[in-house]
Amino acid sequence: MPNGVQHHILSVLVENKFGVLSRVAGLFSRRGYNIYSLAVSPTEDERFSRMTIVVDAESAPLEQVTKQLNKLVPVIKITELALDDAVERELMLVTVKGAAELRSQITELSSIFEAKILDVGFEALTLMVSGAADKLEAFTDLVRPYGIVELQRTGRIALPKLARQPAKLKAVKDRSA
Amino acid sequence: MKLTGAQALIKSLEMEGTEVMFGLPGGAILPVYDPLIDSSIRHILVRHEQGAGHMAEGYAHATGRPGVAMVTSGPAATNIVTPLCNAYMDSIPIVVVTGQVPYSVIGSDAFQECDTVGITMPVTKHNWLITDPQDVPRVIREAFHVATTGRPGPVLVDMPKDVSNQEMEWYWPDDVDLPGYKPNTKGHAKQIKDAARLMGEAERPVIYAGGGILKARAAETLRELAELTGIHVITTLMARGSFPDDHPLALGMPGMHGNFTAVTSMQKSDLLIALGSRFDDRVTGKVGSFAPDAKVIHVDVDPAELGKVRRPDVPIVGDCRLVIEELVKAVKADRSKRDWPDLSAWDRQLEDWKREFPLKYDQHDDGPLKPQHCIESLRDNTPDDTIVVAGVGQHQMWTSQLWHFNHPYTWVNSGGLGTMGFAVPASIGAKVGKPERMVWAVDGDGCFQMTAQELVTASAERIPVKIAILNNAYLGMVRQWQELFYEERYSEVYLSPDLPDYTKWAEAMGCVGFRVDDPSDVVPTIEKANEIDDRPVVVDFRVDYREKVYPMVPAGGSNDDIILGPETDKAGGR
Repeated sequence: MPNGVQHHILSVLVENKFGVLSRVAGLFSRRGYNIYSLAVSPTEDERFSRMTIVVDAESAPLEQVTKQLNKLVPVIKITELALDDAVERELMLVTVKGAAELRSQITELSSIFEAKILDVGFEALTLMVSGAADKLEAFTDLVRPYGIVELQRTGRIALPKLARQPAKLKAVKDRSA
Repeated sequence: MKLTGAQALIKSLEMEGTEVMFGLPGGAILPVYDPLIDSSIRHILVRHEQGAGHMAEGYAHATGRPGVAMVTSGPAATNIVTPLCNAYMDSIPIVVVTGQVPYSVIGSDAFQECDTVGITMPVTKHNWLITDPQDVPRVIREAFHVATTGRPGPVLVDMPKDVSNQEMEWYWPDDVDLPGYKPNTKGHAKQIKDAARLMGEAERPVIYAGGGILKARAAETLRELAELTGIHVITTLMARGSFPDDHPLALGMPGMHGNFTAVTSMQKSDLLIALGSRFDDRVTGKVGSFAPDAKVIHVDVDPAELGKVRRPDVPIVGDCRLVIEELVKAVKADRSKRDWPDLSAWDRQLEDWKREFPLKYDQHDDGPLKPQHCIESLRDNTPDDTIVVAGVGQHQMWTSQLWHFNHPYTWVNSGGLGTMGFAVPASIGAKVGKPERMVWAVDGDGCFQMTAQELVTASAERIPVKIAILNNAYLGMVRQWQELFYEERYSEVYLSPDLPDYTKWAEAMGCVGFRVDDPSDVVPTIEKANEIDDRPVVVDFRVDYREKVYPMVPAGGSNDDIILGPETDKAGGR
């Protein structure tokens, strides 16, 4: 991601009905907000889907974005995931040019980045790498000299970080504070 | 009990208390028009689907109940997009039912198919495509619930023809279950207390009342708050009638064509109490220089309005009536503890402005006829509770400025979207909703030509509305802008005073038509029109085309730069 500070991650729980994606996307376009990336999938409860929307916060104040989103009837809950309070991942598939003599260099890079080799051809390899956005960008930069044939990213998905302290200990700490 | 989807639809509308609906049948909605014959619902057959939508809006404006319109698929659905957008901008509760091609052929570019749900998504509060007849009662129940609660607005239900024909087992849902729709109507107690505290510190407070007052049925509560605190009230275009204009605390309309006192009191205020208003650009002018010294209390049922344009010092999400009721209690409690500032200096200032800068125009006995004179004559020669309807343009602004609205729900107009052609169909809807009241539409000649054919509907259905056309032979507001801001280069604004011949046109549509050229004929003609109660009346007032709407804040300009107009300049004012 080019510049982390101007983006926000919204985790949006919506009803799993047709047209919901269109409602959300339509809201963004008609209010002049920019979506940086978007990932949608069903949740553990099949009645709901979760959208992870990375918003370009310079296009609109985040407060307006969330308030307007909340007005959509199928939107049930919106959580803003601050970078420090969320675990986030993104998946990338990339096909890199690499004839036999270059394969070892590419596989070495892949092991450093914990990328998986999904497919191997005579002249190219398809790799899968997951992680935070900057890791995917670093990997992209490093394989670019070999020649990128195709590249596809999922957009980020994220969930809030879990509480680390057991409930009791936390209560003790609160009392002392 | 087995019913078809179509029967279930009509029965569901009846269950929701629908007494009247406006519509026009066609292929895809045919199955629903059949059970309508046996229904208690009165159907008014319009001549264009746009008319059905605006009638539903006029009905909702006048009665507070949701207006219902039903039309077929494709072009009928696209024709009703304008009323949906109008209702969306002005928060008017309407329920629109559209026919759709059979669900089994959706997506095949069938005859009269269009993506109605897709097209209307951005102009409805919510919409539904029914795919199973068993869903009909639930969806209709949800549709009325969404349209009428929270911030009201338009909804649309798209009904495919095969779903109308298929059978379902009838039921009526006890409740609405929409997990993502829970409007918050009760204001936050601490915020309300903070609001009362701010009011108790302000020396130049004004209440900035918007359309939300009327939507929340809060006019009486607003009056109680104003009289309790002695704070003056400004009523926006959408709020005219929510506070009586004859009340000593009334300041009238603010904004681009607001009166000097209303505009300037906001500019000089140290506390704006915004109740159900939304800081529209037509009110604020240039936002950066709007009411620069004012703190803001903002009450609105739509959380997204708080902070959208101006960051409030005290934001309160809630229904205006419920919040103002609590605010009245909080004010009483606050005043029992301490003295509130003396507002008499501010009151004197406001009175001075009112006296010094009234709305002005000159009507000479020998003509030409001034549009303002027509409106004032209408105002003074009709019952106090007459419902006044306007289109969009100069005539709308003059009517809003000059009418004395002393009752809520007596003013119906198109605010946010500015829909020319709104007046004729909206007045018909208002008269259907309030048949015992006199309904006058004040319309422009440009507006009238857009939707006049609905007077055929009014004649056929014996809906005796009265239309005053302020015929200045121009698209007057556009002409005014070209005169003031485009160096009098008039581009495509001339319409002609007698093409069409409005009286003949009126007669052809089954109405009575009158023409007035002379100022002395104005009142006698209005009196004649008032006596006609068995058919619509159209009065063609031939008015002075040079007349402009003042005061005026140029678009994008600061409210401090208000232009008062030639009459005031002559009198030695600003």
